[in-house]
Amino acid sequence: MIPASFEYARAGSLREVLNALAAKDGTKLVAGGHSLIPMLKFRLAQPARLLDIAHIAELRGVSEYRRGARIGAGTTYRELMESDILRERFPLIGEVCRTIGDLQVRNRGTIGGAVAHADPASDMPAVLIVLDALINVRSKRGKRAIEARDFFQGAFTTALVEDELLTDIILPPSPRGAGSAYVSFAQAASGYAIVAAAAIVARTRKTVSHVEVALTGLGDVAHRVESTRQLVGTKAEPEVLDKVAAEAAAGIEIQGDIHAPAEYRRHLTAVAVRRALDAALARAR
Amino acid sequence: MPTIFGSAIKRREDPRLITGSATYTDDVKLPGMTYAAFLRSPYAHAKITRVDVSAARQAPGVIAVYTGNDVKDKAVPVPCAWNVPNCELKIPHHHLLACDTVRYAGDGVAMVVAETRAQARDAVDLIDVDYDPLPAEVDPEKAAQAGAPQFHADVPNNIAFKWVVAGGDAAGAFERAEVKVQLRIVQQRLLPTAMEPRAAVASYNGGSGQLTLWVTSQNPHIHRFLCSVMLKLPEHRIRVIAPEVGGGFGSKIPAYPDEAMVSLAAMDLGRPVKWTEDRSENYKVTIHGRDHIEHVEMCGTRDGRITGLRTRVYAGLGAYASTAAPGIPTILHGLVYSGAYTIPNIEGTVYGVYTSGAPVDAYRGAGRPEAAYLVERLVDTFARAAHLDPVDVRRKNFIPKDKFPYTVATGLIYDSGNYEAALDRALEKIDYKRFREEQQAGWKDGKYRGIGLVSYIEICGLGPSQVAGAVGFGGGLYDSAIVRVYPTGMVRVYIGASPHGQGEETTFAQIVAEEFGIPVETVEIVHGDTDNTPQGWGTYGSRSTAVCGSAVKVAAERVKEKAKKIAAHLLEANEADLEWKDGKFAVKGSPQSARAFGELALAANVGWNMPPGVEPGLEATAFFDPTNFVYPFGTHICLVEVDADTGKVDVQRYIAVDDCGPQINPMIVQGQIHGGVVQGLGEALQEIAIYDESGQLLTGTMMDYAVPKASQMPHIETDHTVTPSPVNPLGVKGCGEAGTIASAAAVVNAVVDALQPFGISHIDKPLTPARVWAAIQAAKASGAGNGKGAH
Repeated sequence: MIPASFEYARAGSLREVLNALAAKDGTKLVAGGHSLIPMLKFRLAQPARLLDIAHIAELRGVSEYRRGARIGAGTTYRELMESDILRERFPLIGEVCRTIGDLQVRNRGTIGGAVAHADPASDMPAVLIVLDALINVRSKRGKRAIEARDFFQGAFTTALVEDELLTDIILPPSPRGAGSAYVSFAQAASGYAIVAAAAIVARTRKTVSHVEVALTGLGDVAHRVESTRQLVGTKAEPEVLDKVAAEAAAGIEIQGDIHAPAEYRRHLTAVAVRRALDAALARAR
Repeated sequence: MPTIFGSAIKRREDPRLITGSATYTDDVKLPGMTYAAFLRSPYAHAKITRVDVSAARQAPGVIAVYTGNDVKDKAVPVPCAWNVPNCELKIPHHHLLACDTVRYAGDGVAMVVAETRAQARDAVDLIDVDYDPLPAEVDPEKAAQAGAPQFHADVPNNIAFKWVVAGGDAAGAFERAEVKVQLRIVQQRLLPTAMEPRAAVASYNGGSGQLTLWVTSQNPHIHRFLCSVMLKLPEHRIRVIAPEVGGGFGSKIPAYPDEAMVSLAAMDLGRPVKWTEDRSENYKVTIHGRDHIEHVEMCGTRDGRITGLRTRVYAGLGAYASTAAPGIPTILHGLVYSGAYTIPNIEGTVYGVYTSGAPVDAYRGAGRPEAAYLVERLVDTFARAAHLDPVDVRRKNFIPKDKFPYTVATGLIYDSGNYEAALDRALEKIDYKRFREEQQAGWKDGKYRGIGLVSYIEICGLGPSQVAGAVGFGGGLYDSAIVRVYPTGMVRVYIGASPHGQGEETTFAQIVAEEFGIPVETVEIVHGDTDNTPQGWGTYGSRSTAVCGSAVKVAAERVKEKAKKIAAHLLEANEADLEWKDGKFAVKGSPQSARAFGELALAANVGWNMPPGVEPGLEATAFFDPTNFVYPFGTHICLVEVDADTGKVDVQRYIAVDDCGPQINPMIVQGQIHGGVVQGLGEALQEIAIYDESGQLLTGTMMDYAVPKASQMPHIETDHTVTPSPVNPLGVKGCGEAGTIASAAAVVNAVVDALQPFGISHIDKPLTPARVWAAIQAAKASGAGNGKGAH
């Protein structure tokens, strides 16, 4: 549990961070450190230098953004839970954060760190996908915005390229009256999802007008559930919900492990989708 | 003065522990200290063909690198100290470092000593070893079959022993029986997971030839004894100190090669050497628990009388025989097959089998949880086969309270018990009849609720030394105390036991304070240093209070007898005319003459006016050797609801009624029960150490090995009955392991009960959602259930 030797520096500015990334000298960024530091201790990662970005003000906090919200990459889970804007407009974020780690983890772990790390069982990818989030990245070469559904490409693999920094996440406003829910069947040791479903649903009168569901924990990457489109235009009758849930895992490559065989995960997917939709529908106005 | 014995005072250990001012082994810092790190085998079974340490020797800060062949002749292999007789026990050599073959992933190959811990760790990566991999086998039943890979040249079929326990005529009982049931039970490997990993600091004084070893030990005197053997050093030249020890659960009983290596290096280099295990190393190398595959049967009459129990058990020992390993699945397991019941015919066969896993040894309960589990699973299975209520079957077969001391078929003599009273007390907490009605109604709506009962007994208070000798235990099982009273009346008690979380600094002080009628704050318990404590045999097997606590009591009584002589002398009265009241000796009927304990302490210690022929000073030593084991018991009830869609088990209530005799400190007893139950619930629901077929530990971190978290545990309702033991002066039994022994079976019984409509007869623990769901699917596919949930 002793990492290989490395240098440590605290970044003073965003420019310093972008310069360091552009130099491509093996510098690794650290904010909360909850993914990176265990990897260092196992010597799975042996970077020459760590650059600490936890203190850069531009990367922190939640703010109003075009009736939605802008979340700085360095915002901790605790800050997300305490944000009034998120509580009012995106209660899904707080619901998920409460299930992440423990108090200490939530005090240090950051949303940007989790998103850039892209652990296949982590919670945030599915959440950002259903909220249609935009992920803003910067490098010395310039800025770009990537849709969450395109950002997560595989296990620990994202659309970020070597010199890019994830700076902030934009959440566009959710449809009026939308209800959301997160249902996670967690692995007992790690708390990571064996299968989890994030859902957001809106209705116009009784008819479903908007629905997004995404899954995490099944395989390499979080997935948007295609079968839910059948719900749009229906009154979300139980038979339709059953069908949507049963078909949710179609086309997704599901992996088994020592905690949950693929067959069990496939079954749980339907349960998670159904329960998340039921809860989201119950919350929709 | 209110009595202190029986009072729930706060643990006096806690302030220093929770404020970070306690000293653990890793906190020990000595001038010139160096640091050790081990290279451990990545293979479960391989020949070592070449070890090149030259690059490591050149690395920054490195002082020395040792390989197996460097130390082979300097030390004796790690001894196994429980030579169970009559089972042809084979104990292969376990060298301090592997010489030519590695036998589990984690086996020590080399040790680096460097100026800093980081340098030692870095240099380990520079050691170049060529391995020739060999086949591995981690399943104890498969490892015992012909054709399995052979791990030790002198152990055919990897069978370390075949041990048999038999009483009555089991074969005849099964032949005649009206009802027979059988189960195949897997008692999975568990990782003990003490909060503090193991550590050792060795310091050698070349001038005096004295070795001081700070080590995470539950039994420093045993460590002194075994280190003396391993290091070929006279025992009086070794001082072992177990400072604060952050939990053990059995894993800090054994002598490991690691502390011997650290000691050898300290002697070789003339500088202190420290080694601290990290968690990954702890999970790979520190002993594991359980690992049985059991084929078990029970038989009886249609009206619910149990007449026979038979077992065939494959107990995995791992790669080598750890210190107490052979005794765990035999003496501490097979001998308690009768449980709380009058089972007249018992036959058990236990094969101890070497495998390619880490060594297996005592883990909380050590053999007894496995026994209670198989007995209690069988009782429920038998009750169902006989179409009888599991409560009624238990009641019918209990050893009656008026039959104690009672000799069971395995030969043990149970000291005292009132099993029905504990069962009744537990049943008072629920409405059993109504639960059964609601359960049946719920089944119709797909609501799967179940109840699991366990009426356990355990064998604790290890134990009479004569028995220890007869069963091959390589030591005594008495314990010891010195009660020393200072001139100001302050008391220090030096004990042979070595508490590491059990709270005996508090409870033993309560024993002494009660005896002397003095404030508990004036009594201090000293333990853990072989240079100032009398020979003792350590803290494990729920033995310390029953055995060492009794030594404390006897020593205190001796001190009090002497104080009485002095009081009589000072009061110019006959001893027979004195009475002890409110913490004072006084002449009967003359309370104004009273001499308090403190006054007598001063008189004895200054020695100005002693009775004729009485030596000055006020202290006494006692070695207490019990006449029998103690047999705590109780009934635990677990209520669950299973979500059949996900397989998730929700423990809705957990009720523990335990009888450990009189409780010195009820709060500490409750804490011990809580901790034990939580470890048992972890075992029942989520803990499992998994190796892949090549012997790689797949659950090597807490990301994969599910130690229970507070948020995962139910509220635990505790209560007790009090049945004193006749075998020690306190009447106490022991409570450290009770919770673990009872709870795993209670949970599994409850879940199997809940799933009756599916026709499920058994699911192996841990009952993870995936396993429970798979069992339901398998049952559905086989059409075993009636779907209606008829009881």
